[in-house]
Amino acid sequence: MKTRRDFIKISAAGTGATVLGLSAFGAKKFKWFEPKIEGPVSDEDLTPYATYCEVCFWKCAGWAYVDKQGRIRKVVGNQNDPHCNGRLCPRGTGGVGMYYDEDRLKTPLIREKNSDGSQYFREASWDEALNLVATKMTEVKDKYGPEAFGLFNHGNPGTHLEHLLRAYGSESNAEPAFANCRGPRSAAYFSTFGAYIGSPECTDIRDTQCLVLIGSHLGENMHNSQVQEMSQAIDNGATIITVDPRFSTAAAHSTHWLPIKPSTDIALLMAWIHVLIYEELFNKDFVEKYTFGLDHLKEHVKNMTPEWAYGITDIQPDVIRTTAKAMAGAAPAVVIHPGRHVVWYGDDTQRERAMAILTALLGAWGKRGSLYLPESVSIPKYPQPEYPEPEWTWKDINEGKYPLATMGITTELLKASIPRLNKKHQVKAWLVGGTNLPLAMPDKKLFKEAADSVEFIAVMDTMPMEITGYADVILPEATYLERYDFIRSAQNREPNIALRVPAAEPKYDSKPGWWIAKQIGERLGLHDYFNYDDFSEVIDWQLKQMGTSLEEMKKIGVKTYPRQSGPLYIGEGEDFKFNTNTGKIELYAVDFSDEGFDPMPVYKPHPEPPQNFYRLIYGRAPMHTFSRTSNNPNLWDLMSENSVWVNPKVADLWGLKKDEEVWLKNQDGAVTSFPVKVRVTERIRWDSVYMVHGFGHSDKKLSRAFGRGASDEELITNIAVDPIMGGTGMRGNFITFLKEDPAMEVKEDKA
Amino acid sequence: MRYAMAIDTKKCVGCGDCVVACQTENNVPHGYCRDWIVERVDGTYPSLSLEFRSERCNHCDNSPCVRCCPTGASHKAEGGIVLVTHTKCIGCGACIESCPYDARYPHPEGYVDKCTFCIHRVQKGQNPACVDVCPTRCLHFGDLDDPNSDVSLALKDRKWKVLAPEAGTKPQLYFLT
Repeated sequence: MKTRRDFIKISAAGTGATVLGLSAFGAKKFKWFEPKIEGPVSDEDLTPYATYCEVCFWKCAGWAYVDKQGRIRKVVGNQNDPHCNGRLCPRGTGGVGMYYDEDRLKTPLIREKNSDGSQYFREASWDEALNLVATKMTEVKDKYGPEAFGLFNHGNPGTHLEHLLRAYGSESNAEPAFANCRGPRSAAYFSTFGAYIGSPECTDIRDTQCLVLIGSHLGENMHNSQVQEMSQAIDNGATIITVDPRFSTAAAHSTHWLPIKPSTDIALLMAWIHVLIYEELFNKDFVEKYTFGLDHLKEHVKNMTPEWAYGITDIQPDVIRTTAKAMAGAAPAVVIHPGRHVVWYGDDTQRERAMAILTALLGAWGKRGSLYLPESVSIPKYPQPEYPEPEWTWKDINEGKYPLATMGITTELLKASIPRLNKKHQVKAWLVGGTNLPLAMPDKKLFKEAADSVEFIAVMDTMPMEITGYADVILPEATYLERYDFIRSAQNREPNIALRVPAAEPKYDSKPGWWIAKQIGERLGLHDYFNYDDFSEVIDWQLKQMGTSLEEMKKIGVKTYPRQSGPLYIGEGEDFKFNTNTGKIELYAVDFSDEGFDPMPVYKPHPEPPQNFYRLIYGRAPMHTFSRTSNNPNLWDLMSENSVWVNPKVADLWGLKKDEEVWLKNQDGAVTSFPVKVRVTERIRWDSVYMVHGFGHSDKKLSRAFGRGASDEELITNIAVDPIMGGTGMRGNFITFLKEDPAMEVKEDKA
Repeated sequence: MRYAMAIDTKKCVGCGDCVVACQTENNVPHGYCRDWIVERVDGTYPSLSLEFRSERCNHCDNSPCVRCCPTGASHKAEGGIVLVTHTKCIGCGACIESCPYDARYPHPEGYVDKCTFCIHRVQKGQNPACVDVCPTRCLHFGDLDDPNSDVSLALKDRKWKVLAPEAGTKPQLYFLT
């Protein structure tokens, strides 16, 4: 967090000035001069280009404003976009920094070996780089079959590569967004309601009377429209209940903050369910009409009283009852927020199930102020042949485990890349697009062994990241402000689309993701899947099928369509069939019972910190998106490093002072590569510490972010795997403080 | 006419969007800022309170920076907005010392710089950039003399405070509490 004092420190560092910067004036004292740096430019002297943001997955639509010299001056939200309502978040506003970052990947790079065996990257032409990727893809296909070429992807860049791999014959792909993030939510809500929560989440926070956040730190995760709606909910006087061991920003804005003992959320949720059922506070009409399994549930939660939960959660019984009553009083206008990054303790699908059940008991589904029924526009498929059918896919890699996984599991794809593990299906080479795996995934050892095992890695990114250090070929992608891209279609209250066009030519020798995928595809003889010269042709064709055109969309940026699926909410007493086994909302999950899992959530204790260790809790800061923004000059200005939050009692015990640098060591002996500053604060419990994720970069090419702060990911070596969908629970790691430099060398990864 | 800003601390999440928007709108060099976020925590776990404040120049009615400026670079413009004429500023730094809010910074080009309430936008009927970008809509700007302006409406029926009232500067940022 930047304060005025921090600013002075930064300005001193930047200009060599003393505290108040007076010496900076030395040469210019008493001289009249003309300033060189330009002031603001009026909006009418700028040309707006339609875009949607790529700094996070919310993909807010906006306008990139370009001046008469062709420079991008600022990015501003599109007023008609429901993702942002004309207001980008700090990351979107700072998106220009991604374009101007002088540390960007500038040219294709190919790994070479010196005669002494040492390795380096050589600048290469696009032809060389693309030929090499195509040659390797052909080799792998001939030797092992196309399925052995894996893909780690995220966002638009990844999707261009996914198209390439599918056309080539592989569906061996996985993205951290599932098993390392929101997968448990998908499995839980699908088995309960027969529907996914989706993105942007269908939370009707705008009209809610009660918002319940279970560890979700809205305001620190800047899910733009949700944060905007939380603000509206505050204006409307809604009750906000936040469950978090940390006094989060959301907790500070809440009516009730429940400072729960970490890892005990299921006990609290079951106690709430107990109160609703046994005090007959649940929505009887809704439950009777739409749900299945109330009797089972009633019996199941019989002994899960608030008094029982108090011993587990540290939350007083009267607080549990009061908050349960607050929810019941507001029902059905209650949002039990399903969260997003929910892989915590390995029983996460069950915790999400408990949240889904609570939602159902309150009748808070498909009603105003609860979860609305979202709709999205289906984008017409550009005329291209069907993809070939692979002999095996990411599903087969799981070897029958994680039956409810709906997407590839990153850790399983890594395991399939390690011959030692002798998997039936083996992955021999990777494409990586839009994800910095070493900082996005837990268990660095597993990642390193997998990366060292595969025969070839090609990485497409805009920035040198830890992952690019592992690459054999680096393909520098143009930023979102320099390229055409897929039409954005995402669910919302009203279906809508958004356009992204280049606001400037690609800087350096970077190229758009679509171009890179096409060039490789053409070299593999896959022209039929890349049957266009420029991606704008694809977009224009698709838009014309949808009653608009590229020309019109360039002027409006966002287009909204009328709903086709019916109203936003379920009508009073309306018959509604849910896409589940029983056609009803399943309080008792038939799916789970069929697969041998608990059909109703059961609280099970998790390991606790050993003596002198503290639970590592990690999260987000509003001005950064994981590790990908830490070098962005605009966002670096706002927050240049993370800190480790320590309760004052703990700080006293260890003699830790504010801003003192410490190394962190976990229960398995893993130590952070860099020291991190201590933040002594009452905002965290004494049994836990907190870090913002995404710092502690070890790639020296990131001139600002290198060595700033520490990476929580290095401390996450214990993973609690969710047996239901393969989620990687990451909150069972405990750290202690090292006040002396452990003299660990920062080893350059492979490069 | 009296321009002023009200900042709703009940809604601010301290995200810093106002800071980046100001930076890109006004071409503020990296490492500097015209507005900033203050986080204040009170109490002991778990009885805590937290206040985020988006702060900037208070455009004081009784502004020490204007009074102490030897060249007249710091001056009052329309609606009470305090501005610095860059070409008249000699960078002596007296205004930086005199400001109780630490709102001014030495621009690397040699002059003193600070928040202008985005006067270039206000003159065209727009809000300051920070106000228009704020995701929580916790910033309200306008003319205090107009009872229907955003800022007047925001101040109506709400408790507010100003910072460092003891300095007697008559600041024009109002923090809704």
